[in-house]
Amino acid sequence: MEDFFSEIAQSFEKTFITDDRWLQILNGLWVTIQITIVAAIIGLVLGFLIAIVRSTYDMQLMGRKCKSAGDWLLKILNFICNLYITVIRGTPVVIQLMIMYFIVFASSRNGIIAAFISFGLNSGAYVAEIVRSGIMSIDRGQFEASRSIGFDYKRTMLYIIVPQAFKNILPALGNEFIVLVKETSVAGYVALQDLTYVGNLIRSRTYEAFFPLITVAVIYLIIVLILSFLLKKLERRLRNSDH
Amino acid sequence: MTTDKALIKVNNLEKSFGDLKVLKGINAEINKGDVMVVIGASGSGKSTFLRCLNLLEEPTSGQIIFEGVDITDSKVDINMHRRKMGMVFQQFNLFPHLTVLRNLTLGPTKLLGKSSAEAEKDAMKLLERVGLQDKAQSYPSQLSGGQKQRVAIVRALAMNPDVMLFDEPTSALDPEMVGEVLEVMKQLAKAGMTMVVVTHEMGFAREVGTNVVFVDEGVIVEQGAPNEFFENPKHPRLKDFLSKVL
Repeated sequence: MEDFFSEIAQSFEKTFITDDRWLQILNGLWVTIQITIVAAIIGLVLGFLIAIVRSTYDMQLMGRKCKSAGDWLLKILNFICNLYITVIRGTPVVIQLMIMYFIVFASSRNGIIAAFISFGLNSGAYVAEIVRSGIMSIDRGQFEASRSIGFDYKRTMLYIIVPQAFKNILPALGNEFIVLVKETSVAGYVALQDLTYVGNLIRSRTYEAFFPLITVAVIYLIIVLILSFLLKKLERRLRNSDH
Repeated sequence: MTTDKALIKVNNLEKSFGDLKVLKGINAEINKGDVMVVIGASGSGKSTFLRCLNLLEEPTSGQIIFEGVDITDSKVDINMHRRKMGMVFQQFNLFPHLTVLRNLTLGPTKLLGKSSAEAEKDAMKLLERVGLQDKAQSYPSQLSGGQKQRVAIVRALAMNPDVMLFDEPTSALDPEMVGEVLEVMKQLAKAGMTMVVVTHEMGFAREVGTNVVFVDEGVIVEQGAPNEFFENPKHPRLKDFLSKVL
C-alpha cells in the first residue's frame, strides 16, 4: 500500500515538479489561449463579412440578372466566398495549418502567426454559415418594415437584422468556439508548444502517461466549462426581449 | 405645386413575378386627404399594388409619381421618399428586439436627425393618442395583436409621413381586436391623413373611404364613392364579389 502511494507521489513529482514542468504546462495553456482568442476574433470578423455578402446576394441577386457594376461586384464576391467556404470546410484543419506553415510561411516558419491565420480562416468559414443561417432566419417582414421607414439596406442590416440574428445564433456560435478551443490541439504539428503538445512531451520524457494526459484533458474541460458559463450568461442577458 | 395635383399618380403600373402577370396596367390618382380603399379577392393583386406604391415590390413597368417625382426612376433615392410614406403590415412587423418606445424613435433619431429626448417626447404623444403610453417600455412580445398594430401605426406616424399605406391591417387580428385598430384608422382619416387601405372590412370602406377601388385579375375593374359603389355596383365581377362578402 505504501509502495502504491509513493509511486503515485513519484509520478506526480515527475510530471509537475521536476524541471518546473508545471510551468511548461502553463506556458502551453497560454499558447492554446492565444491561438484560440486571436483565431476567434479573426473568425468572427471574417464570418460576419462573408455572411453579409452571401445573404445580400441571396436576397437581392439570386435568380436575377446583374444590372449594375455593383451587382457584378457582389456576384464575384459571392463566388469567392463560396469557394473559400467549400475549400475550408472540405479539408482537415491540420492540413490547412501545415500548408500555411510549410508553404505560405515557408521562409519565416513563424508557427504562431501561421496558427492564428489558419485557425482564424478555418473558424471564419463555419462562423459565416452560422451567421448566414441567422440572417436568413429573420422574417422578411422585419426587412420590409425597416425599408418602409426609409432605412437603406446597410442600416437595416445594422439596426434590425444583425442584432436579431446574433441573438438567435449565439448558441451555435458558442458551440463553434468550443470546437475551436479543442481544434487548436493540433498546433504541435507546426512546432508550437501548446497545451496538448506539452502534455505529450512530458509523457514521452517521463514515461508517465496518466498524470500528463489527464491533466491536459481536465484543463481543456475547465476552459470549455468557463466558456459555456459565459455564453449562457450572455444569452440570458440578450433574451430580455422575449417574455 | 398646385393644390389639385395628385399626391400619388399611378400610370399603367405592371408587375410580373416570373411568368405570372399580377398587375396588368393600373392607373390611379390619390389626392391629399383621400382615403382610398382597395378591395378584391385574394390573389387579385391588391396587396401587390399597395406594395408597389413604396417600391417594396419593384414594378415591372409603369410610373408612380409621388409628390411630383417618378419614384420608379432608378436614379431616385427611394429611401428619401419612403420616409414620407408610412406603411402598416398585416403581420405588424414590429422590431422584437427593441422596446415599443425604441420602435417609434429609431427612424426619427437615425433618419430625421431628431435628438433622443425630442423623439421620445413625440413618441409618447403618439402612444398617448392610441392609449398605449403605459406600454412604452414593453417589448412587442408582451403586447396583444391589437396593441401591436396600434404601435405599428404610430411607428409609421412617427416619421411624419404624407401618406399612410395599410396592407390588410386587421386580417391577422382576433375578431375582438379589429375594432380598436379600425378606430385608430378612423381617427387618422378624420385628422386629414391621406390613406391607401387594402382591406376586407367593407364597413370601414363604406364609412371612412372617400374612394373605393375594386381590383380583379390585376386591373381596376370599378371605382367610385362608397355609396354609389356599394349600392349600385355595375361590373358583374364586383356584383359577384360583393354578394359573397356582404
